Formats: sequence, C-alpha cells, structure tokens
Amino acid sequence: MATAAQRRIKSVSYAKYGYIFTAPFFIVYFIFMLFPLLTTFKLSVYGNGLSAKLDQAGTSINCFVGMDNFKTILTGGTDYKSMGIHENFVKFFGNTIIIWVGNFIPQICLSLLLAVWFTDLRVKMPGKGFFKVVMYMPNIITAASVAGLFLSLCGDSKYSVLNSFLLNHGFLDEAYMFASNKWSSRIIVMFIQVWMWFGNTMIMLMSGIQGINESLFEAAEIDGANSRQTFWRITFPLLKSIMVYTLLTSMIGGLQMFDIPFMFHTGNVINSHLETIAIFIYDYFHRDYLHPSYGYSAAASVILFVITSILGALVFYVQRDKDAIEIKKKRKAAAKEAKRRAARGGGFSI
Amino acid sequence: MSKKITYASDKGGYQTKVIIKSAFIYLGLIILTLICLVPIWILVVNSTRDHNEIIVNGMSLIPNKFLFHNIKTLGSNSLYTKFFHPLIGMRNSLIIAGCCCALTVFFAGLTAYGIVVYDFKLKGAMFTFIIAVMMIPTQVTAVGFMKMLVNWDLLNSYIPLIVPAIAAPAIVFFMRQYMLSSFPLDIIEAARIDGSNEFRTFLTISIPMMKPAFAVQAIFAFIAKWNDYYNQSLVLIKGDYRQNTMPMMVQGVLAIDRNPDYGANYAAIMLSIIPVVVVYLVLSKFIIGGVAAGGVKE
Repeated sequence: MATAAQRRIKSVSYAKYGYIFTAPFFIVYFIFMLFPLLTTFKLSVYGNGLSAKLDQAGTSINCFVGMDNFKTILTGGTDYKSMGIHENFVKFFGNTIIIWVGNFIPQICLSLLLAVWFTDLRVKMPGKGFFKVVMYMPNIITAASVAGLFLSLCGDSKYSVLNSFLLNHGFLDEAYMFASNKWSSRIIVMFIQVWMWFGNTMIMLMSGIQGINESLFEAAEIDGANSRQTFWRITFPLLKSIMVYTLLTSMIGGLQMFDIPFMFHTGNVINSHLETIAIFIYDYFHRDYLHPSYGYSAAASVILFVITSILGALVFYVQRDKDAIEIKKKRKAAAKEAKRRAARGGGFSI
Repeated sequence: MSKKITYASDKGGYQTKVIIKSAFIYLGLIILTLICLVPIWILVVNSTRDHNEIIVNGMSLIPNKFLFHNIKTLGSNSLYTKFFHPLIGMRNSLIIAGCCCALTVFFAGLTAYGIVVYDFKLKGAMFTFIIAVMMIPTQVTAVGFMKMLVNWDLLNSYIPLIVPAIAAPAIVFFMRQYMLSSFPLDIIEAARIDGSNEFRTFLTISIPMMKPAFAVQAIFAFIAKWNDYYNQSLVLIKGDYRQNTMPMMVQGVLAIDRNPDYGANYAAIMLSIIPVVVVYLVLSKFIIGGVAAGGVKE
C-alpha cells in the first residue's frame, strides 16, 4: 500500500492526463451539442422572421419576444396563422402519442413472450441463435429503405403488393389508399415500428431474465409450478425494473420518432395523420430553409427537452443503486443522531 | 397456496407436455421469422421482375430474370439518374459512417479511459455530466445546430456530420462500465514502471485488451451513422447526388410520384438493403451479444 504522501504525489503527477484524455470529448461536445442546445433555448424566446424580413407578427429573429412562441404553440393566438400553428402542434403531439402507444404495447407483449420462450429452461431449442439473428435484422435496415419496402408492399398505388392482391382476387373494386387514409396509415406505421424494434426489446428483456438467479426457476420447477405461475410469480416481478426502463427509454425514443412517419408517403406531401412532434420541429426550421421559423421550432424543442428530461430523470430514479442509497440514508441518520446527541449534551443548534 | 399439490404423474406425461410446448413455441417462432423475412423476400423477388410483369401479375414469390435490366434502368432512365447513384451513395455513406465510427470508438475509449484510470478533481463532475446529457435527443439541438451551420457556413459539408462523432456520451458510458468490470488497472502501473508513457499505454495495452467492447461499439456506431437520415438531410441540402448519402437517395426514389418504373424502384430499394443485411449476417454474433450486454439503443 502506498502511504498518504505517496498517493498524493501520484495523483498530482497523473491528474493532468485525466484532463488531456477527456478534453477532446468535452471540447467537441461543447461546440457541437451544448452550444446548439443553448442556441435553441435562446432562439425559443426570439421572433421568427429572418433579420432582413419581419414575419406577420412584425418580429424577426433579432427581436426578443419573451414567451410569445410558447404561448402561440400551447394556446394559439388571435390570428389565423398562430391558431394554425397551435392546432398543428396539438395534432402532431397527439399523433406522436397514438403511434407510440400503438407500437409499444404490442411490442412489449411480443418481446416479453419471446424472451420467456427463449429462456425457458425446460424447452431445448436448437436454432435459437438463428431466430434471434432473424428477429433482430429489421432493426439494422435503414429507415428510408424500410419505408420504401412497406410503401411497395402496402402503399397507395394499385400496383402495391397488398392492393394488387386484393384487386386481383375481387376483394376491392379500386385501390385502397393504405398510406394516406388516417387509420390504415397509422396502423401500418405502428406495425413497422414493432417490426423494427421487437427484436431489440426482446434481447434486452432476455438478458434481464438471464440476470435472474437461475436457482429460483429451478426451485419453482421442483415445487411443481407451471409456466404461467413461474412467469407471474418469479419472472415478472423480478423483471419489473427492466420493464420500466424499457418503457421510459422507448418513450424518449418515441418522442423522437421521425424517419418512418416522415418518409411513409408517396410523392412529396407528408401524410398529416402521421406527422410527429419531431417532424413539426423539422418542418418549421428546415423545410423551407430560406424562410425558416426558428422561434416556433425552438420553442417546440424546448418543450420536447423538458418532457425528455423528466422521463430521463425517472429512468435514473428507477435505475438508481438501491444499496448505495440505503448506505447514504443510514449515514445521514447517523449524522442526525450524532447531532441530536450533541444538542442534548448542552450544545445548541441554530 | 392450496394444500393440494399435484405432481407430474409420470415422467412420460411430463415429457409429452414439454414436446407439445416446444412444438407450439416453434410454430410461433417460425411465423415471426416469416413476418421478418417475407417482406424482404418479396422485395428481392420484385427487383428481379419487369415493370409490366409486376403491374399485370401482382405479387409473386418466385424470382424472375430482369434484375440486371432493372439495374440498367436505374442507370439510364433520367427519372433515376438525377439523384440515384447507388455506388456514389454507398461511397458517401461509407466515408461518413466509417470516419464517424473510427472517431466515436477511439475518442469514447480515450474519454472512458481518462475517467476510469486517473484521479482528478473534475472526474465525478465529468461522469455526472456525461450521464445527464446521454438522453438529450438530437431533435432538441437541431434548431441551434442548423443556425450554427448557417452562421459558420458549414452547410453541404461533411464536417458537421463527422466531427460531432467524437462526442458520443452513451458510448463513453458503455465503455466505462466495461472497463470497470473487466480492465485490470494494475497493468497500467506495470506499463508505467516499464517506462511506457500514458498515451502509449492506452494505444498498445488498453485498446487491444478492450477489443470486444471496441468491436461491438464500432458496429453499432457504424450502423447508426449509416442509417442516420435526420442529420444528413439537415446538413446536405444542395440536392446534388454527388454528395448525397444512401438513405437520401432512397428517399428520392420514394418521392417519385409520376410513372415510376416499379421494377427499378424495387431494385433501388433492394440495392440499399442487401449490403446492410449481408454485413449484418456476417457480424450478427457480435451485434446480438452487444445488444444483450446493454448496447446502445439508438
């Protein structure tokens, strides 16, 4: 063991490498991520027109407008345009939630079922690796290609696979607009999201189940528990924290949903039943990048940031190290006790 | 629990039960496998069929022989040559994803190494910061990012796509966990005594020892950047196919709304999917292992 003095010398001589090694990360992070984040915050309280040109409300990107952008987005304004922006925001937020819920519930059920199947001790399963590989595969395919794939399978055109099948067999008289109609398009996008992500969720849950002490399952089997009892009384309760983690990270991911809804349409007009909050942000500052509305986008980004932060904080609350907190609590209690004793012993506290 | 406990009456009954259950599970797995594979198979089949055949006969599961014809159409029809050049797209995507992947893994490793190995005042603060920013979505910073690109005249360049890869908090976090669990710090002491300087220790001792973690994260970083349509469409706005990436080109194909050649359309999408699938199948062992080890969800 090093003496205290030796340790001090060591920490003095090597500490600088800690800074050198971590410097590139932090420099790049500050320039390319933190600075834009702060700029976003700043832009959210500034106007929308470009500096040379005022927008309809008579503001530009150089005018401080306080909370006006948030007000417009969240409550609408008096004029036609800001009512439209408010309506869009509410609608797109609704779309995001509908599509997320519609993809998460089937996804988690399917993944959980598969994870339980794959980890079942009783069932010997050759080819397990093959199934896992196939089921994870949709996750790595580029979203643009996936959108293209499903557009050609069940798009609006009467030559898409689904339409031509239904037409040729006399189920339909004319092509159904699968990619344009409200619910059919949403259901297809939900299906795509499940298709892309269930393999990933399954593998995460599987590693969670494998983390459970195996002797518990063996004991259950010896006690004659059937699969359902094992699942509801052992697997599910012990998997709860991983499930909550999956739920929250999926929510954060769901709020960012962009690629598939953005590209699942024929031609150049985005299907408004699929537009999500991420597309709202993208649209207002980038679609027409010569006349961007930075203010509205930035305000929506800040709202998104707040929601994400709350969800992120919950993730850490769920994932927190319970033992460490217990120790901290005890230490605090001990400190309190000591204080109380000191107070009783004639001292006084202010 | 009730008092009545039923034991499996005999070993044969138990065995039958297991077999029935296995069969049931297999059936479910096969159906899901088909759901995963059939769309891709239909795509591959249709890319080998002629435009007219697709229109007249509809769906088919048997390949035809028009693949090269369709690919030729992609190369000659002005509807496609305006923006779809698979080789150029792949080259550009490769440049971006390759550079990003190398930078991400190297600097994430370096940062994690710095945080794990050295004792310094800001160590705790830095780690807390990395955890805190791990979940900030790209979309939130996009507005400010765009404004910055406009101000600094960085639009239509690869710099804003590649350089930010140096700072990947989630991967730093993963590397740190890996290092804490399976990197013996004594080895660094030994290297110091042998006279190796700190940077060389990292390069020649730490990286080789951390190879599994580096490999997994490299694969994930590469896939994430290859598929990253959002940032690429933010930065590359010139509409020039010579700088566009693969996802952007596919998006261009999807946007054709008048008289597309269906065979060529399918071939274009097929060309964007198949290389990824092939690479995936080769590396699948690492990828599945990486996801199971709590790989980054992106």
